[in-house]
Amino acid sequence: MPNTLPLRQVATKIRSKNAGPFWITIDLFFSTDEAYATTVRSGAITRQLVADLYGVDHSHIKLFELPDIRAIKVSYPRVTSQGSIHDRDIHAAQQYIPLLDIAITQPDPEAPDL
Amino acid sequence: MSVLVPTGMLGAGFPADTISRGITLGVDVIAVDGGSTDSGPYYLGASKPKTTRAAVLRDLREILTGAARADIAVIVGSCGTSGTDNGVEWLYDITRQVIEEEELTGRRVARIYSEQGKDLIKQRLHDGQIHPLAPAAEITEETVDGCAHIVGLMGHEPIAEALDGGANIVLAGRATDCAVIAAVPLMRGKPFGPTWHASKIAECGSLCTTGNGIGGVVVHIGEEGFVVEPVDTDLMCTPQTVAAHMLYENTDPHRLREPAGTLDTSRAEYSALDDRRVFVQGSQFEFQSPTVKLEGSGVVGAQTLSIVGLRDPDLLARIDEWIDSLEKYLHSRIPEVLGLAEEEYDIQMRPYGWNAVLGKSDPSGDPPREVGLVFCATAQDQETATAVAKLANPRLLHHPLPGADSLPSWSFMSSPAELERGALYSFMLNHVVEVSSPTELFPIKYTEEL
Repeated sequence: MPNTLPLRQVATKIRSKNAGPFWITIDLFFSTDEAYATTVRSGAITRQLVADLYGVDHSHIKLFELPDIRAIKVSYPRVTSQGSIHDRDIHAAQQYIPLLDIAITQPDPEAPDL
Repeated sequence: MSVLVPTGMLGAGFPADTISRGITLGVDVIAVDGGSTDSGPYYLGASKPKTTRAAVLRDLREILTGAARADIAVIVGSCGTSGTDNGVEWLYDITRQVIEEEELTGRRVARIYSEQGKDLIKQRLHDGQIHPLAPAAEITEETVDGCAHIVGLMGHEPIAEALDGGANIVLAGRATDCAVIAAVPLMRGKPFGPTWHASKIAECGSLCTTGNGIGGVVVHIGEEGFVVEPVDTDLMCTPQTVAAHMLYENTDPHRLREPAGTLDTSRAEYSALDDRRVFVQGSQFEFQSPTVKLEGSGVVGAQTLSIVGLRDPDLLARIDEWIDSLEKYLHSRIPEVLGLAEEEYDIQMRPYGWNAVLGKSDPSGDPPREVGLVFCATAQDQETATAVAKLANPRLLHHPLPGADSLPSWSFMSSPAELERGALYSFMLNHVVEVSSPTELFPIKYTEEL
């Protein structure tokens, strides 16, 4: 049984925000190269995950891995445009919440370094 | 050359010594953003500012008096939140008040208008010059007619034209966040890559620093790159905080489209000059045929709310089931009594304390202790929306849990229960228009010295 940690314990900052009225963007920041690399290597953060969590078409999702600043960025089109009748979050400020408890597989300390 | 950005948003405030400290750092211009679409379609649709006049007056008084003393220019973009003509006039009125009360001399104001007439937009549509941005669809003349106000986002070019025309205070309608910062460096021949990159980093003031509050930053732009430093001596910029700001409110962390082309920061290098300042080099700019992004907002109906407090643990244990059955009941009643077709009204239950913010995306948990259910009734006009809410009212007060053997009652926050929100606006455009000149959509009006 691999050892996992929720994303909220691996990342130092997780935020979501509008990127214009028609897109939402989520940024995950990590304080160490190790935490960043572990998260990327775990394969947990994928376009399919975002499609499933937010009900968006996976072909529109943009995913960026940014090792230089130890960040992962995901952008996806809003299902409801900002401030329209069915919008629940005008600034998309709390849309990162479903990611907090995503399980990130931790490296096995017994395994040889590859 | 150097630009001071005292705050990310005019009216948000900044520490008292921001302007004087910025000026001692030798800045050539003060640039500040006066608006954004970030708070939704209402401000553009209704053409009303988000910020209160007193807060804008306070910030502008500091900026204009400091700039007049140092004899440098001031640029304000996206005046009045949305950048409509109204917004520009609103800021002009506040500017005149400051100039008169502070007895500033030698100030010449340019107002740049960004509001676009519907006939012009329809003509451009007809000429095939309007293109959707993903994920938008093609628009029709009806889409244009549905907008209460349409603005174009200007780049640096109209601002530079106003400064060339002798203005030292520029009040711009809707402008890109970066354009107000980039205008003077580009006029003075600084390279496009570092200038636009510096402008993006500085657009939100101290957001690119280690601080968590409001405050200013200065960007020093040279031939090889730029330096960014916080105004507040307690704050620091680190390569990490500066690089991370490229991510902010931007779908792509490396690329940012402006009217003149695209900033590309994929090869940018960030290095610490000392513990407060960061040097950035390697920013590129790709020139493209000029386009102007359009924003449009129009009325899509009116809304009436009722707020119901739910505290009963038995109800809260079955909250989803209760909401579903309430919704089904109302949908059976509204068409019958009010004679409304399905597309003529909309009702929503927003259970705050349960999943109002995330809806179906919310990872479900234990039953909440209390829920504030916001019932939203939307229709073509206020009268109909309120009629829907009034019809729903007895049921919001007494709707039983399925299978209950007596009539319960729930809490209301107010009497009357109906809170009329007024017109409801929606963004209608996510499009760009091709232009032959980046200044053609943005007329300028100059004043004599005030």
